[in-house]
Amino acid sequence: MSKQEYITLKKLCTSYKVEMAFFDQLSEYGLIEIVKLERTRVIHLDRVRDLERMIRLHHELNINLEGIDAVFNLLNRIDDLENELQATRNRLKIYEENFH
Amino acid sequence: MAVIDYYKILGLNKSATEAEIKKAFRKMARKYHPDLNPNNKDAEKKFKEINEANEVLSDPAKRKKYDAYGGDWKQADQFEEAKRQRSSNSDNPFGARSGADSASDYSDFFESMFGEGASGYGGNQLRFRGADLYAELHLNIREVFTTHKRTITIDGRNIRLTIPAGIKDGQKIRIKNQGGAGVNGGPNGDLIISFVISNDTPFVLDGDQLYSTAEIDLYTALLGGEITVNTFDGKVKLKVPPETTNGTKVKLNGKGFPVYKKEGSFGDLIITYNIIIPTNLSEAEKKLFTELKNLRKK
Repeated sequence: MSKQEYITLKKLCTSYKVEMAFFDQLSEYGLIEIVKLERTRVIHLDRVRDLERMIRLHHELNINLEGIDAVFNLLNRIDDLENELQATRNRLKIYEENFH
Repeated sequence: MAVIDYYKILGLNKSATEAEIKKAFRKMARKYHPDLNPNNKDAEKKFKEINEANEVLSDPAKRKKYDAYGGDWKQADQFEEAKRQRSSNSDNPFGARSGADSASDYSDFFESMFGEGASGYGGNQLRFRGADLYAELHLNIREVFTTHKRTITIDGRNIRLTIPAGIKDGQKIRIKNQGGAGVNGGPNGDLIISFVISNDTPFVLDGDQLYSTAEIDLYTALLGGEITVNTFDGKVKLKVPPETTNGTKVKLNGKGFPVYKKEGSFGDLIITYNIIIPTNLSEAEKKLFTELKNLRKK
């Protein structure tokens, strides 16, 4: 595990002005994965974008953690459906090109 | 400059109470928030509108100013004039502006009335993420057969990105922090690149599978033989079994298109045989084919 791939929760607390307890709650709900790296609690940089989104949903829209979980599940489903739609469009294009 | 009816934006009438404004804003924010509407520019624009409307209407002092001048074009023009005059006056009652703010592109009128920093979520100096930028990158199918690096220029900035092999037409990739600048120290938005992949090859791409046709002569189809076919990255020899029929498909494992983000993994190539019937037959050939025909009849 490279240190450069992670960001400390302490730093995130300062940057986003949120309590450490909020991250603990997110972790309890399985929304983020907190890793211990040399006794420091960190999360992977790839998850920071999702984390920012969770913070905004919670603070700006007053969505509770159950709601965030539901929102993320639905957004993932939208993402999957969009990918499927794109693949179907590409497949349709093959038939259209061959038909014309 | 457009007439902006903040009440209408929030679906309220002018007598709306503070509680009604708050309720309407929260309801609409939940509907149009960019995090709930990814890649939806209309929702993003709408969110800016309702954010701005709330910014004004939820603040009694700002609401009073808006109620006095909001719907009046001529008054708004006078404000513009006053703003120009104020630019040389340090005792500016509205506060000086310095440059454009990416998060406040909704109404000049709004800023001319309330000054810089008036827009933004909640007006309490919350960090505001910069806008996502969208770009299209046109590539040829051959260019996405291998992973490669490319430098693109967005808004005068050179951005170097790795294009993974196997990326598909219409697919989007997100490059973190390369979008619009954040507000109040908020994070930058992302750059979202949509790929437009053209295909001028004889291969048809469906997912990771490639399809092509190979012509074989009648005699090879009947008696069997060996042919050379084109794959996407070279040629291979194939054995054609005797009595191969027209339209027979053969699958070449791992000779298809690269699987996106699975380096070294490829789909298959499906080749359909197209048997070529000989034309311009000589008399001798006709005679022999007739013999064959008669043999079949027996």
